[in-house]
Amino acid sequence: MVKSYFPKTYRQALEILAKSNPAIIAGGTDLMVKKRRWSGLSPGFSEDMIFISQLRELDYIRRENGKIYIGANVTLEKLLHDKDIPEILKKAVASMASPGVRHTATLAGNIANASPAGDTLPVLYILNARIVIGSLERENVIQIEDFILGPGSIDLRRSEIIKEIIIDDTDFDFMMYEKVGGRKSDAISKVSFAAAVSSVFDMVTDMRIAIGAVAPTVVRIREFELQLIDTPVNEMAQISGLVKDLYKPLIKPISDQRSTADYRKMCVLNFIEEFLNKAGKRIGKEKDIDW
Amino acid sequence: MAEIKFVLNNEKVQIDRDPTMRLLDVLRDDFGLIGVKEGCGEGECGACSVLIDSEVASSCIVPLGNVFDKKIVTIEGFKKTDRYKVLHEAYEEEGAVQCGFCIPGMLLASESLLNKNPHPSEDEIRDGLSGNLCRCTGYNMIVRAVQRAAETGEGLW
Repeated sequence: MVKSYFPKTYRQALEILAKSNPAIIAGGTDLMVKKRRWSGLSPGFSEDMIFISQLRELDYIRRENGKIYIGANVTLEKLLHDKDIPEILKKAVASMASPGVRHTATLAGNIANASPAGDTLPVLYILNARIVIGSLERENVIQIEDFILGPGSIDLRRSEIIKEIIIDDTDFDFMMYEKVGGRKSDAISKVSFAAAVSSVFDMVTDMRIAIGAVAPTVVRIREFELQLIDTPVNEMAQISGLVKDLYKPLIKPISDQRSTADYRKMCVLNFIEEFLNKAGKRIGKEKDIDW
Repeated sequence: MAEIKFVLNNEKVQIDRDPTMRLLDVLRDDFGLIGVKEGCGEGECGACSVLIDSEVASSCIVPLGNVFDKKIVTIEGFKKTDRYKVLHEAYEEEGAVQCGFCIPGMLLASESLLNKNPHPSEDEIRDGLSGNLCRCTGYNMIVRAVQRAAETGEGLW
């Protein structure tokens, strides 16, 4: 049997991590399934474990100076009911699992799990999420696209822990989130899509597109987004063919038991078109989020 | 092993167990609370639902170590409440129980929902129960049962 640690404070957790390098468990909703064995047996953890869900210090949502800070112990359900969380993130969270899972699963856990189909990830990518990594020696801040390296792989050392997530508190003109799953709840995405646009005097000033479950990590290409700046809003619909051609080579989904590569690719290209069409129509009329 | 203390169905309990064990197994095997069922074992079906600090959770994916100092309620404990009586009657009246395997979880999910939202819309009920699978009823009777409980139990939640 493995050893378990129960730190009482965040500082104590950092000390234990530095000394003994245990694996971290928060809500456990992914790990307990991955390590599951027969009923009545301990799950098959092969490493010492550090439990962190009791650390209330890491359970906070703060909004200040144009940023939103989300502590590592914030559950998905808590995000849904917090006034400071952007609606687009709430929409992604509401599509995840079920209340019984959302009450215990954490946002930090969805990031650490680094599934290509992680439902919050495309939204976190377009909100320029930064991950604050704590350790006894130092605190680092790293962009989410540099933190997530591949399926199940993250840039986190054994002495480190995700302390909090920082996202932009930006007021976009139009945002869109879509998830395609086999059913409304308890479904892993076939594809997920998040996009946002801002404009000044009917010219695009900021456009962000992120696509989930079509590559080993979420696809967000800042060079493409820069090319779209200064597009007149009323021409957004016309450029959708062009934009789809830009992204097409990067949409490389797999076929598996949930869906086929062709279907996934088709969905994504349709979402790009829908986003540009709707954004072009809505901007200038009223600020809106497409549900 | 670690001494884990928590409140189980309104009684303080303490158990010396591997903290990575599933709460589900500890409740069934150590405390004999067999109203907590194992269905899928991966957090999808809700048969293992319990309340943790009044919120429904799937005990098959909750490690024992996560319930330190928490209040756990299983169907056996919930049965002693007035809210249970209202839900019980409403489920009966609407014919919402057939084989019964999902019902302990269904009732606790109903309680968790009504506790947060005493007057849920049909969509909110369906969302609140979305983690609890029932292969008999087709859900409509269960949704109606929760609507009925919200009416007849007015003031309890």
